[in-house]
Amino acid sequence: MTTATATVATADEGRRIRWADLAPFIALGVIVFLGVLINSNFASTANLINVITRSAFIAIIAVGATFVISSGGLDLSVGSMMAFVTGIMIMTMNGLAPAYGGWAIVMGAGVALVVGALCGLFNGLIITVGRIEPFIVTLGTMGIFRAFITFMTDGGSLPIDRSLREAYRPVYFGDFLGVPYPVLITLAVVLLGAFLLYRTKYGRRLTSVGSNAEVARFSGVNVGRVRAAAYVIQGLCVAVAAICYVPRLGAATPTTGQLWELQVITAVVIGGTLLRGGRGRIWGTVAGALILEIIANVMVLSDMVSEYLVGAVQGAIIIIAMLAHRFTGSR
Amino acid sequence: MPAFASLRADGLGKSYGQITVLSDVTLDIHAGEVHAIIGENGAGKSTLMKLLSGHASPTAGHIAMDGRAVSFANAVEAEKHGIVLVHQEILLAPDLTVAQNLFLGREIRRGFMVDDRAMDRRAAELLARIGSAARPRDRVSDLPLAQRQLVQIARALLDERKVVIFDEPTAVLANDEVAALLDIVRGLREHGVAVLYISHRLDEVQELADRVTVLRDGRMIGTWPAAELTQRQMAELMVGRELDMLYPHKRPATTHEPLLSVSGLEVDHGAQKASFDVRPGEVLGLGGMIGSGRTELIEGLMGLRPSQAASVVVNGSEIAHRSVGSMMEAGLVYLTEDRKGKGLLLDEKLAPNLTLQALEIVNPGTVLGRGAEMAALRKAVADYDIRVRSLTLEAGKLSGGNQQKLLLAKVMMTDPSVVIIDEPTRGIDIGNKSQIYEFIDAMVRSGRACIVISSEMQELVGLADRILVMRAGRIVAELLGEEINEENVVYAATSGTGQHTGGTA
Repeated sequence: MTTATATVATADEGRRIRWADLAPFIALGVIVFLGVLINSNFASTANLINVITRSAFIAIIAVGATFVISSGGLDLSVGSMMAFVTGIMIMTMNGLAPAYGGWAIVMGAGVALVVGALCGLFNGLIITVGRIEPFIVTLGTMGIFRAFITFMTDGGSLPIDRSLREAYRPVYFGDFLGVPYPVLITLAVVLLGAFLLYRTKYGRRLTSVGSNAEVARFSGVNVGRVRAAAYVIQGLCVAVAAICYVPRLGAATPTTGQLWELQVITAVVIGGTLLRGGRGRIWGTVAGALILEIIANVMVLSDMVSEYLVGAVQGAIIIIAMLAHRFTGSR
Repeated sequence: MPAFASLRADGLGKSYGQITVLSDVTLDIHAGEVHAIIGENGAGKSTLMKLLSGHASPTAGHIAMDGRAVSFANAVEAEKHGIVLVHQEILLAPDLTVAQNLFLGREIRRGFMVDDRAMDRRAAELLARIGSAARPRDRVSDLPLAQRQLVQIARALLDERKVVIFDEPTAVLANDEVAALLDIVRGLREHGVAVLYISHRLDEVQELADRVTVLRDGRMIGTWPAAELTQRQMAELMVGRELDMLYPHKRPATTHEPLLSVSGLEVDHGAQKASFDVRPGEVLGLGGMIGSGRTELIEGLMGLRPSQAASVVVNGSEIAHRSVGSMMEAGLVYLTEDRKGKGLLLDEKLAPNLTLQALEIVNPGTVLGRGAEMAALRKAVADYDIRVRSLTLEAGKLSGGNQQKLLLAKVMMTDPSVVIIDEPTRGIDIGNKSQIYEFIDAMVRSGRACIVISSEMQELVGLADRILVMRAGRIVAELLGEEINEENVVYAATSGTGQHTGGTA
């Protein structure tokens, strides 16, 4: 069997197009195409920019979730964490506004990043040091963060100080050469994430931990540290999303970010990242986030299906994506 | 002897596409006979018994029972004909009780309800008959490995059988348990059951079998009455050449300072305790029965298990905090016995596998160097003769032997001075075996030191310049020079002097 001069090796095979890897992008193309067919308003520049901007929050958080899921973990707390970070950030900004004026926004954003990272670290340490299932830990922190934001808003709304609104507004509504800032921020997060995951030693170690944690451990990889770091990255992404989110509605409420964790996980999984870990697809995740938002948009624009069924369609998408995966025989 | 064999294979063969894994096997098994099948790993033993037990369908030849041709679509059909295979791996539901496992899928019922009391009673009878200490209500996950094996055998024997096929049943058993198992097999023979017994352990085969069939490279070499063959002749028939040619020449004794010295190492809270050292230019063998704690001892040394040590010195420097990383930096690497579970990322490509342990060495900066990785892979493929169709394959697609060479290349990436190899040739064919022996020889002659853990006595004796024998977590003997032979290793491993017979490890 092995005698057949098999030592001749080539690197060609890696360049062959892998259809399974392209599936999320093909699906995105098909959905855009259907959108154009169904409603002429869909393809207008204003609508497309609007859709892409709206998908920014889920996309940014989902980049972090790609790290967590690639490492073999899961984070259910991202939606609540988003709300909690938003609340802390608004309180900080409001507190600092009288003394520092516009700089309070920058300082508040800095605090948001620190708080996000700490929330992620908290999740990561309980999971790795305490050796508890990520599902359970983040289910717990999901409840904790949600309760905190409800407490901070006293069940109502926590608005940002009037004096800051005008200065902060452009972060969501502004644009550079016609490209909205949230889209640019998303692009930056995605590029950074792709670099970290694909081109650095940390990314390689993360993938190895998700692929087989025992192999990683026996190869001298500090499995706990790598995993915990993935949750910190997730926390930072949540904070970035929060920074973009605040100027949109100008307030934090107990329902901010509710059920976002489901959309985030859906985006990651239909993007081609393996839920059991070991393979992360950053660009696929972005495609996943866009697919979810575009479906919602098309349903709102068209009168065929009630927009109250958006969640059902999105839920069906993840199941169909997984079935397609199974029956095309790809891993 | 009856007119017809209980089970007869006639020109049996199996091909997967172009690849033939077994061809032209003709043998018969009579009622009241133990027929042993021996052969190296990869010789086709498992394929043969899969064909005979309905787990796979032959692509050539026929199977006959009591003179009538039969064919089995699956294992259930074979069981209906009275043929059962006792698997080597433990296939039991760990959270169920022993009795629940025994009757899984064929529960005794009373109306709509399962009759636990009746099942417990029958299970107790059966367990007593085969000499198992397990009780019907024990949970399987609470039982030691050997007891689980006996439960599995009990499950196979629950119904009356004409033919029982054992696949290396003693692989996980300690010595007294082996004796009990051999008694079970003899009991079956007296009951007129035809037994097909697959094993590596030639001493068992000689003790038990009436006839022996030898397989090599998917072909049948022949069938002999067991009494006519010595163990050495059996081994040479299996290997197909003189055994002495397989191993490199031993190296001259060295008096250099040790590269690794370990004193007062305690692993798993004292389950394993040992002190030892190894010198440059030396292959140190670590022998003992399965379950004697060799792997655990080394995993403890590497900081992979809870452990403490009075002192561990690698290359002249004391290691304070032991971990795979710190040991690697000091120049000590460990190659696991569990190639698929702990050694390689089977779903990942070759290059990431090769460089995982040496990421810092291959990529000095922050960014991964794709070019450097591919260069390292090309060099490893050439240096270790890893046979691959493409450099971008996943590691899981390589054959066992090539995986083992990749794993060896992986740990050697860090240029270690001491290499510990656990079961260097488990599950790989003879050609790759002799290559790996040559690699070990070359590495040691270049001034490195190597510790080899092996359950294959011949391998241990053939490779090592010095052997430490473990029993129940302790080193009980050191063999040097002329003392190194299989008898001494086995004697020390099974009847270690000055030690309690510390139960079944």
